[in-house]
Amino acid sequence: MAKMTMVQALNLALTQEMAEDDRVIVLGEDVGRDGGVFRVTDGLFETYGESRALDTPLGEAGIVGMAIGMAIYGLRPVAEIQFSGFIYQAFHQIEQHAARIRWRSRGRFNVPMVIRAPFAAGVRALEHHSESREAYFAHTPGLKMVIPSGPRNARALLVSAIRDPDPVVFFEPKSIYRAFREEVPEDEEVMEIGKSVIAREGQDLTLISYGAMMRPTLAAADRLTEEDGVQAEVIDLLTLSPLDDTLFTTSVRKTGRAVIVHEAHRSFGPGAEIASRIMERSFWTLEAPIKRVTGYDVVVPFFAREQAYLPDVERVLSAARETLRA
Amino acid sequence: MAPDLWTLYPLMLRSRLFEQAIADLWRDGLISGEMHLGTGEEAIIAGVVSQLQDGDAMALDHRGTAALLMRGVDPGLILRELLGRATGLCGGVGGHMHLFSRDHLAASSGIVGASGPAATGFALAAQALRPGTIAIAFFGEGAMNQGMLMESLNLASVWALPVVFVCKDDGWAITTQSASATGGSLSDRAHGFGVPAVEVDGRDVSKVWSAVHSAIERARSGGGPTFLHAQCVHLEGHFMGFQLLRSVRDPLGQVPAIALPLTQSFLRPGGAPLRERVAGLMHVAGVMRATQHDPRQDLANDPVPRVRQALLVDPERLLALEDRIAGELVEIVASALGEVSP
Repeated sequence: MAKMTMVQALNLALTQEMAEDDRVIVLGEDVGRDGGVFRVTDGLFETYGESRALDTPLGEAGIVGMAIGMAIYGLRPVAEIQFSGFIYQAFHQIEQHAARIRWRSRGRFNVPMVIRAPFAAGVRALEHHSESREAYFAHTPGLKMVIPSGPRNARALLVSAIRDPDPVVFFEPKSIYRAFREEVPEDEEVMEIGKSVIAREGQDLTLISYGAMMRPTLAAADRLTEEDGVQAEVIDLLTLSPLDDTLFTTSVRKTGRAVIVHEAHRSFGPGAEIASRIMERSFWTLEAPIKRVTGYDVVVPFFAREQAYLPDVERVLSAARETLRA
Repeated sequence: MAPDLWTLYPLMLRSRLFEQAIADLWRDGLISGEMHLGTGEEAIIAGVVSQLQDGDAMALDHRGTAALLMRGVDPGLILRELLGRATGLCGGVGGHMHLFSRDHLAASSGIVGASGPAATGFALAAQALRPGTIAIAFFGEGAMNQGMLMESLNLASVWALPVVFVCKDDGWAITTQSASATGGSLSDRAHGFGVPAVEVDGRDVSKVWSAVHSAIERARSGGGPTFLHAQCVHLEGHFMGFQLLRSVRDPLGQVPAIALPLTQSFLRPGGAPLRERVAGLMHVAGVMRATQHDPRQDLANDPVPRVRQALLVDPERLLALEDRIAGELVEIVASALGEVSP
């Protein structure tokens, strides 16, 4: 096993899947000759040639629209949108076509494609380079919405996404692209899409998060143990849609307390859906109101105010303690 | 009418020095995120902006600093915005790609191609509310592959809207050579929508000024849109710290870092046949070589010294002018920085 960053682990997944299956083709702005602005597609052009690592014009609607055609016809396109903030020109293609073709054709066609995009804040960049709008995609029937939290699960989930028969929107938290390394096996490893994992076991309270927010969430759980003697269970969702509500509602039935952490905006955000599922499935065991620690309902502010926007350990701790006091 | 170079050069020089100061602050880590400079575009921006009047509107792209500065926006406000200060042009929340000035009817977007529809809407509003005023759209040639810009050309044409589409073509969409991702000629596209197209050397402010002068006259008098295709060279590439330029300017420092992963990819088992791999490697080498002879390295492509050459006829006046501008900028930067230092 080698220690890898998330960028290297994603690159491993793409390299191996392209070796495994000639139908896998990556396309996007600067993904070929350059190797991608974050280097995720580094070396694919040199290894697989220009017919499988396509440098497209700067036009997101065309990139995704073409990938849909390729997928329907029999290829396995992996389209990169350079930043998730540029995805809206392609939103029509994603929402109106990629997500609906299986349903509309009554299963006569499916769309096996992946749309990869770096997303979320924490790198001191401007708004389109910092936002978390995963709710749009999780809200859309027909799409799968995956968000890894570390190198190892990023690699295993991307492999599954490429092999999935349906369109997968794969958001990569860019602030942890190179923030830490993990052991990633060279041999094939897959993780099932639609399954969450318990990142830390506990019985006093359930913390639910995903993506880059797993780090402050886990750090808060450690501090709760050290400072309050409380054992928090931490759930890493990994997939937002389809949402694995069995794992976290079961956990809440055990702990009676839940705090949801995400950097997406608060209103109508993923936390609202997660809280509803807890209400539906674990209401009678709740000991305290469910708390949400989220980004605010504003465009991600630039630079000086970015850290104030982002949930951090202190905000998670204070929500957890309020929940525990209730 | 002929352009007055004694008016245009100060606009261009001021913008250049201002953006160089921005570059220094960015290198020092005082401005965060990526930084897209307009250095190399000054002749185009000055040729256009110097001819705007009250009530004219501008839709800007991710390189809007020069246009706002030349339009008369307080440089101190722009600088504070880039530094993320609450006293900045937009409260320090937008940053360099999202600059707005209501007084100057100027709005920008970091999204490539977005200036097309915005300017077309400005033009429609101008026609309805203040006949005789016009709108400008600034964008790069990469934007010409975005559908929304094509839709704008069509609407501006069919409704004869007073908009000038200014395409600043440096031949590169970040690291992708535009020629490899763009079919046909851009002027032909404009013609296809019934929009007259003018090709101009965007490094020569006199030529730009004259071409824009006719386009603006046409727009003001109800003649409809014009597509101006101006070639230029971005002296810092797509953004600060651009890898290709870095590699060529500092080969000893940069090439080893690139060579290892390249070799590893080349030798990786599986994948394309050797012939295709060699072709891929040759292509990368070709891009590096092309960058070595890159126009960005050639001062002849720099519009600022080019126009300065013509003003050497009166060196005393020129030097006095340059001293004054440089002095002003030093004060502006010092004043903005004075606020951020602890």
